[in-house]
Amino acid sequence: MRHFLDFEKPIAELEGKLEELRRTTDAGGLDLHEEIEKLRDKAEKLLAATYAKLTPWQKAQVARHPERPKCLHYVEALIEDWTPLAGDRAFGEDAAIISGLGRFRGRPVAVLGTEKGHDTETRVKHNFGMAKPEGYRKARRIMQLAGRFNLPILSFVDTSGAFPGIEAEARGQAEAIARSIEAGLEAPVPFVATIIGEGGSGGAIALATADRVLMLEHAIYSVISPEGCASILWRDATLAPQAAEALKLTAEDLKRLNLIDTVITEPLGGAHRDTAATLASVGDAVAAALDPLLKLDGPTLKARRRDKFLEMGRSAVA
Amino acid sequence: MNWISEWALPKIKTLFGAPREMPDNLWHKCPSCEKMIFQNDLEANLRVCTHCGHHMRLSSKQRLDATLDEGWQRADIEKVPLDPLRFKDQRRYADRLKEAQAKSGMEDAVMVGHGAIAGQRAVVAVFEFAFMAGSMGAGVGEALVTAARLAVLQDAPLVVFASSGGARMQEGAVSLMQMPRTVIATQMVKDAGLPFIVVLCDPTTGGVTASFAMLGDIQIAEPGALIGFAGARVIEQTVREKLPEGFQRAEYLLANGILDMVVKRAEMRPTLARLLALLRGEPRAEAA
Ligand SMILES: [Zn+2]
Repeated sequence: MRHFLDFEKPIAELEGKLEELRRTTDAGGLDLHEEIEKLRDKAEKLLAATYAKLTPWQKAQVARHPERPKCLHYVEALIEDWTPLAGDRAFGEDAAIISGLGRFRGRPVAVLGTEKGHDTETRVKHNFGMAKPEGYRKARRIMQLAGRFNLPILSFVDTSGAFPGIEAEARGQAEAIARSIEAGLEAPVPFVATIIGEGGSGGAIALATADRVLMLEHAIYSVISPEGCASILWRDATLAPQAAEALKLTAEDLKRLNLIDTVITEPLGGAHRDTAATLASVGDAVAAALDPLLKLDGPTLKARRRDKFLEMGRSAVA
Repeated sequence: MNWISEWALPKIKTLFGAPREMPDNLWHKCPSCEKMIFQNDLEANLRVCTHCGHHMRLSSKQRLDATLDEGWQRADIEKVPLDPLRFKDQRRYADRLKEAQAKSGMEDAVMVGHGAIAGQRAVVAVFEFAFMAGSMGAGVGEALVTAARLAVLQDAPLVVFASSGGARMQEGAVSLMQMPRTVIATQMVKDAGLPFIVVLCDPTTGGVTASFAMLGDIQIAEPGALIGFAGARVIEQTVREKLPEGFQRAEYLLANGILDMVVKRAEMRPTLARLLALLRGEPRAEAA
């Protein structure tokens, strides 16, 4: 059973009816092919119309959709010779951050990402994609490793944010994130980051100080969650839809603000409706972003990356 | 105006430069020990309680006066586009910003001064917590990048006194991007072989701690300062545990290996002078 979001209820109803008609026809009863055709057309039009004008809050829900492809789906589909690497060499292994080596379209690369998990068991295993200091320290280690061996870095970001916990604070969550940002900015190799779902605050930017930042059409990227922003500025978390609107957190907004480089179109009805097509188009977009970077040397990459981030917030927005 | 303000105000003005808003009542109640302190004594003691040693907030101007030798100069900071998101909650961000600017006489929440600390050249950037809780948006990012460039230009170390509620939500992802932007500022200073010293003041949290403010060559904090990434309430709701005594306070961070030292305000200037001289291989600094 597909998971439908609240605003998808009318679509769910139509698709439910469609399914019923199909079953009736298959059971050898009446020939309802014409009705089925009409209904399918109607459902598709409704889906297209709904997704053509998603509000920022609706996008937030699509970005967090339980069936949306997660980091490991991308790794599985796009990376050959996948060789996970574990541990920060100081405290522990954090499964919220995926890291390792592999080949992207034949070329050896280092891969990083935040993994939310796709069912209860994996969600718990990966701590819902909320990393702790050891996770960011592992990320930093992998970025430095990539720099030493001239491996491009690919990251896939999907996190509500860094884990807020007592132990995480005691072990220096803030410092770990800061060092991860620093390592990304210093890496003398091509770095392509893709925001695949939720780009939540410091926990996301820790893995996204890249030469090229790509973002899926319905992904969100924000300094704070709409709920968190609403409860602080409106003193009412139920006003999250308003906060989502105000925060300008959609891919389209981020592109207009010159904070990301490329928006990757999603299949009709969102990435979760066609995982294979999504994985393929992200692969193509990453390849297209990576290709020109491969011609640049380390110092040039670093200098350009710095210049790019130094401009953010300085230039007037179109 | 009574006789006290007539007598005390000029004296305070000469001590701290700019005129400050004085309460009608010239006694101040310490929020920690709740004892009364004569306002004049409090200011003379750099706003540290004369009874219990509690460190109250200093304005950025007071901090620069207390840190740099007389004759320091305020650096110009280029204007950045205001309100990139045209953000509005219950009020327009543009209005909040204008109000904060009018009240503080600052463009944004960081003031940059340059001059000397006990005779050694230095650039000092100070967060003004009274300016929208010292939150970091493009204006704050610009101030820190300006401070870093100035430090490199003057071959001077950079000292940042941080005090911030974190990212400026009203600037959305633009404020998030000030995290890498300010990290780049620290890299400029370090690339030039210059010391970068961070002093964490009460409170420093969120995106500010998770960027430049944790990347000092030396990490100092003021006694009792609240320093952390996540807010206490968020943590309590997530882990459903009571927070330990002194959690996220300067002394707790020191015990956990996150800071080099906790330094009382009265000792801050001589400590900075000593550190800078040691790091730069200078002869012993004159008594500060
Ligand atoms: Zn006191």
